[in-house]
Amino acid sequence: METLLALCVGLLVACAVYLMLAGRLLRYIFGLVILSNAANLAIFLAGRLTVGAPALIAEGEDAPAAGIANALPQALVLTAIVIGFGLFAFTLVLAFRAFSQLGTLDGDAMRVAEPERPAKPAREARA
Amino acid sequence: MPPPPPSSPPASARAWSLSRNGWAGLAPVLLAAALFLAFLPALGPVSRGEALVWAASWVPGLGIELAFRLDGLSLTFALLITGIGALVLLYSDSYLAGHPHYARFALFLTAFMLSMLGLVLADDLIVLFVFWELTTLTSYLLIGFGHEAERSRRNALQALFVTGAGGLAMLAGLILLGAAAGTTRISEILAQGDAIRQSALYVPILVLVLAGALTKSAQIPFHFWLPNAMAAPTPVSAYLHSATMVKAGVYLMARLHPALSGTPGWIWTLTLLGAATAVFASLQSLRQTDLKQALAWTTLMALGTLTLLLGQSSTYALTAFGAFLVVHSLYKAALFLVVGNLDHQAGTRDLTRLGGLGRALPMTALAAGLAGLSMAGLPPFLGFIGKELKYAGGLASALPALTTGALLLANAMMVAVAAATALGPFWRPPAAGPAPRTATEAPPAMWIGPALLGLGGLVFGLAPELLETGLVAPATASLTGDIGATATLTLWHGINLPLGLSLATFALGLAIYLALPRGRAGLAAALDGLPNLDRGWDRFLHGLKRLAEIQTDAIQTGRLRFYLAASFATVVVALGSTLLARGLPPLAFDLSDANGVLATIALLLIGGAALAAASRSRLAAIAGLGVSGIALSLVFLLFGALDVAITQLLVETLVVVLVAVALLRLPKLKPLAFRPGAAALSAALGGLVTVLLLAVLHTPMDLRLSDWFGAASWPEAHGRNIVNVILVDFRAIDTFGEIVVVVIAAISAYALLKSPRGNSGDTR
Repeated sequence: METLLALCVGLLVACAVYLMLAGRLLRYIFGLVILSNAANLAIFLAGRLTVGAPALIAEGEDAPAAGIANALPQALVLTAIVIGFGLFAFTLVLAFRAFSQLGTLDGDAMRVAEPERPAKPAREARA
Repeated sequence: MPPPPPSSPPASARAWSLSRNGWAGLAPVLLAAALFLAFLPALGPVSRGEALVWAASWVPGLGIELAFRLDGLSLTFALLITGIGALVLLYSDSYLAGHPHYARFALFLTAFMLSMLGLVLADDLIVLFVFWELTTLTSYLLIGFGHEAERSRRNALQALFVTGAGGLAMLAGLILLGAAAGTTRISEILAQGDAIRQSALYVPILVLVLAGALTKSAQIPFHFWLPNAMAAPTPVSAYLHSATMVKAGVYLMARLHPALSGTPGWIWTLTLLGAATAVFASLQSLRQTDLKQALAWTTLMALGTLTLLLGQSSTYALTAFGAFLVVHSLYKAALFLVVGNLDHQAGTRDLTRLGGLGRALPMTALAAGLAGLSMAGLPPFLGFIGKELKYAGGLASALPALTTGALLLANAMMVAVAAATALGPFWRPPAAGPAPRTATEAPPAMWIGPALLGLGGLVFGLAPELLETGLVAPATASLTGDIGATATLTLWHGINLPLGLSLATFALGLAIYLALPRGRAGLAAALDGLPNLDRGWDRFLHGLKRLAEIQTDAIQTGRLRFYLAASFATVVVALGSTLLARGLPPLAFDLSDANGVLATIALLLIGGAALAAASRSRLAAIAGLGVSGIALSLVFLLFGALDVAITQLLVETLVVVLVAVALLRLPKLKPLAFRPGAAALSAALGGLVTVLLLAVLHTPMDLRLSDWFGAASWPEAHGRNIVNVILVDFRAIDTFGEIVVVVIAAISAYALLKSPRGNSGDTR
């Protein structure tokens, strides 16, 4: 099971990176969502898998039964999901805003901060 | 050669008054004079071979102390620095009278003087380095004082780069030296010279320390910056090139002489570079018609000679070093100031145009005469004694023929240069052609300094025992470690080889002087044929700029895709090389334990993502995204992570809804062709992540933390859902931070959506 999910994580990362390298903002955001899913799954997987045994303490017991799921990675992933969602929402609004301002979602065409270099002068005057 | 920099002072500077510059003119002079007087009482104990030490804790963790030590060598330098500093500052007050930035100038010069003083007093390698760099910085400010001139800025930067690069090398060398000796206290290091010479680090130490010393002292092949530094106002040249800046390198070599000298590497490097610099600089000096340039090159000659002498270990050579150090500082500072007077009063520094000024500027002429005769090494001046000692030291050196020959050539040329620069402008008949404007004597503050310095050369020549017991013997003792081991300073050593060499020097010098007016053009042509390192420097800088441009063009493309690809590629290389170096885990793809449910979920997980990646339809892409996310929540559910599954489901739904809303206002996806490069990079990174995960799964799991949370959940936090307890109790601050992040994202998103269009400046 672990091997299959490890393969899944690798494939998710590959899809995400391919999308992010497209240079289009919308695809980039799709890639970001998949990448954060992949990262969450990786953390979850690294904490080992336990089938059908949630990290709960039975009524009347003081300690959990042996062999329950690892609670720590779940807590970490839970936090990561929420923060990943915050990042996603902000990025989406940013893309939306960039489009309304610049009229394009093509990253290569957004040159406000780094304008195209003008043609080089033949040779600078020597000091 | 560069043309002489324009340096005629402003017209208003010609009027003289005692304090045209106000407190900025007088205070630095008083400070320097007070320091000079403060150092004088040290002559007593130091001449008995004692050293005054002062230390305070600075960086105790590294064993670095703010340590200062005053011994013979330090005291010699300290007196030259403060004494000549006082005279130069007094001179500057008149030379630059009424200059709008005189206060700044005085500040730079005083700061330089204090840095130099700290350098020669430092008894800790790191402290020494700090002051070394301070002298580099302050001299940069001084050379570039006339910063409105392009040439001035360029030359200041050149000096900064060359000496700064040397300084960095030196820092590495000093750190190695400290490591080899086990301490950074210089006086302790000097006591274990033999151990350092046998250390495996000796060669790197020598190379790095000499890189610093030789660049600072402008030895070949780093000599080119020094004549260019003449862009500074003349008093700066007098100061930087007589007692101080350039002598810092000499000081360093002298300071470390007991620890580093005596090996073939030391002897050959210093002797050959010193000799080459001395002879080459003398030739360059002969060809100059600008007095300041001629003097600048003679400074190089003096530095070459001092370097050559430091290459030796004989008592004669080291005594000659101590004596010539003082001789040169006295006459060179005086002559620079004299040139300043000529420039100031006669309006030119061209020695072919100057002549017959002896009557018009009697005191300046007197100072020039005294300094010039000392420079030429005529008896009874101190220069004569210095020259005799140099010859004695050369004859006693490891390479007597080479050193003595180089010294003879350089000294003969110095005789000719001294005659041409110090005597010519005053006593030669005036030249034909446009006469320089009618000159009058400079104000007293401008001739007192050179006259005192020139007189020093005469007094110490007539009474050399004063200088010997006070300074030269203790300074030599700093190098030899033995206060008794000093060659005697005297005018008359009897009829011996050095005397014969002196006579030969005078004869040769006179011949060169007589041949100079006709031979100068030929000499200049011959020297111009040699490789010009100054122009090479310009080409080097230009090439560096080109390289930076090419590199920037290649790296900073301005395209997001390129930056992302570079980042991902870096991750691939870093991950891959680490995995390879650590050894790959056994890659057994055992999928037999996967049941049908999990296989189906995995198919949905991957299929959705692949659809989002490949689809050209926005709707299909969102659908794929949703399927993949929901499949992930099923994975969480399957493996007992109920809360995570619920959250994932909720978030995934929100993602799909938000994207769908946004798509109402966003354009359709443009079809993209298959990109093999991006695909290869993605596959590489994905594969590496899988391998990494398998490697992680292969290591034993440490469950101590999870077990602790599980065991403490009910007894301490009274919660049965361990995940929830971790989030809201044990790690509550983390959760609070998470909430803050989401709130900030929400506020930012709101601001972005609500801010009016176009308010973020120019978007074109």
